[in-house]
Formats: sequence, structure tokens, C-alpha cells
Amino acid sequence: MKKVSQAIPKVDSQALVTGKAVYTDDIAPKDCLIVKILRSPHAHAMIKSIDTSRAMKVPGVVCILTYEDCPDQRFTMAGQTYPEPSPYDRLILDRRVRFVGDAAAIVAAETKEAAEKALRMIKVDYEVLTPLLDFRKAKDNEILVHPEDNWRSLCPVGADNKRNLCASGKEEDGDVDAVLAECDYVVEETYHTKANQQAMMETFRTYTYMDVYGRLNVVSSTQVTFHVRRILSNALGIPKSKIRVVKPRIGGGFGAKQSSVSEVYPALVTLKTGRPAKIIFTREESQTASSPRHEMEIKVRVGADKDGIIRAIDVYTLSNTGAFGEHGPTTVGLSGHKSIPLYGKTDAFRFVYDVVYTNVMSAGAYRGYGATQGIFAVESAVNELALKMHMDPVALREKNMVKEGQVMPAYYGETANSCALDRCMEHAKQLFGWDEKYPSRDMGNGKVRGVGVAMAMQGSGISNVDTASVAMKVNDDGFYSLMIGASDMGTGCDTILAQMAADCMECEMEDIIVSGVDTDSSPYDTGSYASSTTYVTGMAVIKTCEKLKEKIRMKGAEYLGHNVDEVEFDGKKVWCPEDGSEISLKDIGNQVMCRNEEALFASEAHFSPISPPPFMVGMAEVEVDKETGAVTPIDYVAVVDCGTVVNPSLARVQTEGGLVQGIGMALYEDVVYNEKGKNFSNSFMQYKIPTRMDTGDIRVEFESSYEPTGPFGAKSIGEIVINTPSPAIAAAVENAVGVRIRELPITAEKVYREMKKQS
Amino acid sequence: MELRFELNGKPVTAEIEAGELLFDVLRRLGCYSVKCGCETTNCGLCTVWVDGKPMLSCSVPAARMENHAVTTMEGLQEEAARFGAFLAKEGAEQCGFCSPGFIMNVLAMEKELCRDGRIPEKEEIREYLAGNLCRCTGYVGQMRAVEKYLRESRG
Repeated sequence: MKKVSQAIPKVDSQALVTGKAVYTDDIAPKDCLIVKILRSPHAHAMIKSIDTSRAMKVPGVVCILTYEDCPDQRFTMAGQTYPEPSPYDRLILDRRVRFVGDAAAIVAAETKEAAEKALRMIKVDYEVLTPLLDFRKAKDNEILVHPEDNWRSLCPVGADNKRNLCASGKEEDGDVDAVLAECDYVVEETYHTKANQQAMMETFRTYTYMDVYGRLNVVSSTQVTFHVRRILSNALGIPKSKIRVVKPRIGGGFGAKQSSVSEVYPALVTLKTGRPAKIIFTREESQTASSPRHEMEIKVRVGADKDGIIRAIDVYTLSNTGAFGEHGPTTVGLSGHKSIPLYGKTDAFRFVYDVVYTNVMSAGAYRGYGATQGIFAVESAVNELALKMHMDPVALREKNMVKEGQVMPAYYGETANSCALDRCMEHAKQLFGWDEKYPSRDMGNGKVRGVGVAMAMQGSGISNVDTASVAMKVNDDGFYSLMIGASDMGTGCDTILAQMAADCMECEMEDIIVSGVDTDSSPYDTGSYASSTTYVTGMAVIKTCEKLKEKIRMKGAEYLGHNVDEVEFDGKKVWCPEDGSEISLKDIGNQVMCRNEEALFASEAHFSPISPPPFMVGMAEVEVDKETGAVTPIDYVAVVDCGTVVNPSLARVQTEGGLVQGIGMALYEDVVYNEKGKNFSNSFMQYKIPTRMDTGDIRVEFESSYEPTGPFGAKSIGEIVINTPSPAIAAAVENAVGVRIRELPITAEKVYREMKKQS
Repeated sequence: MELRFELNGKPVTAEIEAGELLFDVLRRLGCYSVKCGCETTNCGLCTVWVDGKPMLSCSVPAARMENHAVTTMEGLQEEAARFGAFLAKEGAEQCGFCSPGFIMNVLAMEKELCRDGRIPEKEEIREYLAGNLCRCTGYVGQMRAVEKYLRESRG
């Protein structure tokens, strides 16, 4: 039976559901030094001096490191392919601290208690500076977040540290102003999204030790195992050959672990002391000194003619990268590239952006990666346009949505080779009961139910950049080892890649063992991000299997005394149709272990010149309390085109999980700073992620297209699924009570105040 | 100080600090299934049973366990595997980090609400498990697994 398109349980599921010790902290050596970070209480300050003498006297304290102990070479913690678009703007420890929570010193001690006691006894003399907290005022502000001369931008992304610019740019096609002037209807509005936290259940964590060869070994909860090796080499100033990085099981990432948030600290301690060391971020640290979504303010102008043809879209994005530039230059691009192309009939578009430094926590990568913010803005503007035109927003989209075979000028000029967006819309409409529910229903108890719709797209890997290689070998008795460099972070890529390999090799799942990422032995892979694994690494699996099958046939032919073109391989044996002679894979696997000079091993790499978008439609029904403005999600329908669904249960759970994160972003999750830059959203008490009581019903279906360049016709699924809830829910609220909230999250207070204004 | 309690059916004597939390003691004793996700009693990852009732081990001083019986997933391997198979079939263990705490609470719910072959309503299940956060699944697959498991093992 074929394995692709089957709901096969994850290959690691048995260990996970019985609570086996498989995560970083479970397997760390018991004699690890405990590493803790002293964090700045100021949003912007210079360290005049640090007195560690009393702290060093705390029994059990082994070392305390300050900026004087760190190399003065700047690096980025962004896990990206070299040369990284993110600027080299940080040191492990710097004299200048740039946000409340920035690292000021590193303590390593025999116990957690000793480390924490020492933290309290370090005396730092700060020269407090005025912080730059308003991202709208950051560009060309006289306060500079990165005035230093050794700040470096490796790529032409429009960065300039003397202007607080992490990136800037402009793209256009046609004359957007002229086309908008001709439009009968134009909506011009500004939308604001916050710095949401990925809030994966396992916080950032790493342990390090020196091995028998005197090399730094790093075991870390990361999505970017190979990039971490380079980042540590840059940060510590030691050769990459001296570093090994291993990824165990990961308790969730969602992009957070596409930055090297925790690795440098224990690594430096181990290098200095020679002793094993580990750091486990507290939830508070994970909430306040990590790598959340870029806050963005997005101004959209969208215009349509009287027939409802959307003719022009103009997007300006201001993105807040915070204290450091991780993923700043790249996330912003998606806010235009993955929102504007949803509409296939435009005559012109323009996309302009600035990414600015401020004195708040550095942003990073979060599922959706800028597309989420851009789609909230553009899809909200299109919903407002529909309202202005007295047109059903579904009908407006049906007229304008991108169709299969169309060229997408705002998406690098790529063609939509596979696109079932129209079928997604039709399916969602039927499943949701849109025509019966639009726009709203008064429930007669002071509550109104409204509905809203949104579309979304994403990519499948980074075109012309992401590189995945896979290796596979035949073992004795004929079972396979599949070695991948992509990081399974709970999503199940170890499983779906094995499913693909099983179909290629015509074998059972049990015949393949998968080994996760170890930079010493795994083939290179950029890592698990940018929705790349299924699409890019999947193709590397197919290529590798083809090569390995060829080698098996050659070996089988040799043992049978035939030419290779006289034999076939059916997954179990190599046989000759002409004379019926055969040799089993088991026998081949055993025979090559004696008198053999051709290893049954193959390794192939893959990249893609294009990044085929998955597409989807989301429809939300919410109930709004007319007295209080409280919004309760009732029902959410999503229909997704991710190409061929490789594993239906895993794809479904990806979608459901992404939708609920999106609902959290739309309704609950807020990052709040006070006027001095202190982050109040520092726990799950303050930062509310949805519980199972807060989601409403979630219903997911698939409308598959077939992507000709993908493995078995597959595209990506991981990120797109977070993009529709915010715009769909904002529209549902407006359809319920007539108020439009353009800043997330849509809290009861905001809805109530807007309702008051109107009455 | 010395603490004497029952851990997964066996008497245990452990040397503990006066203010030490049950969570830390359990991990020190090798119960690595017990996870910490928040430190503020919001996430449910550290759920264990004390005298058969679910409790957040991050909010219980270990000293209070004197002469009590503590159960972690290490002591419920068969039960966990049985329900876990349903969870895995839905793909709803995902990263797995919240699975032990979640499963401990599901099994406790089964004991508490499913007496005499009764199957609780969906809303009852949701309320019972509301304290178990999960960031991967959106809860829907977990709920499918719980309902299928209860139907199959009860009906």
C-alpha cells in the first residue's frame, strides 16, 4: 500500500505519548553548570562598570562573564543562509544594552540557587540613556540604537544603522497612483499588528560540553541546526570545524527557534571553563528576551472599478525589528509579496517598506513571517472595500482572486502552477453556510453573530536559496537508514519524509529508520523554516531514492550475473524478467558487507528556483456582546490547497493548530510595554494564549491541487494556516456590530469604545 | 530534610530542601515525563497525581507529600500508551511536550467522570481539560482522540 496520502502516526509518537526522556533538558548531563543571565532593567543604557566580586564569593559560582570576556565581533542570531540578510549587529554581551531584558552578564554555577543568588549580587553601574520606544518615530531619530562602527549589513537590503534602518525598499509594477485615481472605489486605511509570541511549550534551551576531540558540542532545541554552527563560530570566534550541533526532540518552535536565542551563553561558559553547561530559559525570559513576531503598521490603498474589479493595491509597511535585526529585512518582504498577489486582475501595485530599530525586545521569525501581518492588512482593506461597494466580500473575491496558470507580478513574477483557491472558496462557502449567515444574525439576547472571510497564501521554501540534502543507505538484512538535515520540531517531517522514501523504495515504514540532525553526520539542510521541508527536502528524498535504487539494481545485477538493464527492483528483490533469477534485498544488503567496493549509499541535494504558494480560504463566525463588546469565536471553517496532502492527519493538525494561534493573535495575545519600555506580557497570566475553551468550533477541509515541481505534487502547509483568522474575525466583528478594529488584538475594550463612539 | 512518600507505587525516601517544589524533586528522581511550561500554574504540563487526583507539581511544596502517593507517567506506562495510540492516530501529540501532563489529566478525568460506563459531554471534557495548554494542535485533534478513546474503551 502507498504511504503518501495516508494518515500514518508519527515515527516518534510512541516515545512522546509515554513521556520518555527525549528533550534537551531530559538528556543533559547531570553535572552541567547552570547558566543564568543578568538582564538589563533599562531599555537603553551604557554599562559603566560591573562589580562581580561579591557574586563570585557565592558558594558554587564557577564563573561570571561580562562584555570584557566576549569577542568584539558582531554577528546575527538569525538562522538564515549565508550571507544572511539580517545585519551583524550583536555581541554576546555588549556595553550598550538595548532593551529591558537585554543580557548584561552571564553566571554559571553548580546549582540553580547559587546562580540566582549570584545574579542578585552583581553590581552594574549603568549610564541610563533615553530609549527609542515609538517605532513610528525611529527612522532618522537622533537616538541611535546601533551607532557602533563595526555594525555590518552583508546584503543590499537598504540598511543604514545611522538612520535606525534595518532594511528599506520599494517595488512596483505600473502606475499605482494613476490607476487608483481612475478607480470608482478606494479604501485607504492603516492596520497595526503586535509582536506576538510563538509561546511554544518548551522554552529556549541548550546544553554544551567539550568532547574527546576537544570540540564544542552543542545540544539544542533548534530549527536551524546547521545555521547554529555558523552563528556560534561567528559569535565565539572559533572555527566551524571545532563545533558540533545536535538537535534532539523539540517541544515546538513556530519560528522562535529559527533564531539562535539561547545557544551562545552555555557555549561561552563551556569554552571558558571546559565544563558542561546548560541554560533553560524561564517562561518569563521566553516572553521578554526572545524572538517574537515583528510588530507592523501597514497602510493599504486598494481600489476597484464599479464592476468590482480590483485594479490597484498600494502597501506601505513599517516594521519594528526592536533592538536587533534578526529576520528584519526578510519578514517585511512577505507582507507585500504574499498579500498583493492574491488578487489576479490588478493593473498596478506598489510595495514600499521600512524596517526600524527601537529599544524593545528584538523580533524574529514567527509562523507566517510577515505574510500574516500583510494579509491582515490587505484582506481587511478588501473587506472594507466590499462593504463600501455594498458587495458580498465572497463575491468580490470570486471576481478577483488569482487563478491557476496566472502570472503573479507581485510574487517575483512566478506563475501559479497549482492553485485551487477558487475551489477552496466554493467548498468553504458550502461547508460554512456563508449565504445563510452573511452578514449577521441578531440572537435576540443582546448578542449578534457576524461572519467574515479572508484568503491567504504563503510560499514553499525560499526560492533559489534553500538547499536540502538527504542521504540514504542500505544496511544488512536490507533495511534503510534515512539521514536528513531538516529539523523535525514536532511537526512530523521525520515521518512524512520517511513516507515519501517508503513509496519511492516500495517498502514499509518499518524498513526505514530516520535519524535526526547532527551537523557531524547529517547531510546539509538549511533547516526547518520558510515552509520548506515537505517541498524542498521532500524532493531531495525522491532524488536520493532514485539514485539508491539504481545502485541496488547494479549490485543485484552483478550478483545475478546480468547487465543492469536486464534486471528490475521491486522493493523486495532484484530480478531478471527474462530468466526469472532473483536475489532479495536482504541478501544484497548482507552480501555487500563482504568483498565489496561499491557502498549502497546515496546522497542528493535539491533547491527550487520557484516557491509555489499554497492557498486557502478561512471563514469565521463570532458572537459579539452588544453590552460589553466581548467577542466569542463560534465557528471557523478553513479549506486549504497545499497540493497533495502527504499525511492527512498531520496536515489537519497543522491547520487546526495554526488557526487557533491565529485566533489567539486576533482576539487575545498582546505584548504591552510601559512608557519606560518594560514588557508587561511576561507570563501566561499576562499573555493569554487560547485554551480549549477559547477557540469555538474549528472545521478543516482540503482542496488539493497538484504542484508539478513538488514531491508527489505537494506544496507547504506549516505557515499559511495562521494567516486568515485575524482579517476574517475583524470582518466578522464589523458585520456583527458595525465597528472596524484595525489594531490587534480585538479586545472587548476596543470594540466597546468604538461602539460608544458610534452611538 | 528527609521526605518519605510513595512514588509510582514504591516507597521513596528523598533528601529535599525545605522550599523545594514537587516538580523539581520528581525530575531529580528521574521522572522526566514531568515538564514545566510556565512557572505560573497556567499550562498544566507538570500535572501528576497525588493520591490519585491531578495536581500541578510546580505549585506543590515537596514537603507536603510526606506519606502521600504520587503518580507520574512513569508509573502509568500502559495506560498512557493505550490512550496515546488514539492521540498519535490523530497526529495530535505533535511536539509531544505537553502530552504527559495532558494525558495524566485525561486519565484522571476518565477515572472521575466515567464511572458506570458514562461518557461525559464534549463541554464537560473541555472544562475538565481546560487547564492543559497546547500550542501545536489547536486542541481539536486532542478532543477527537479523547472522544474516540472514551467511546471505544467505554462502549
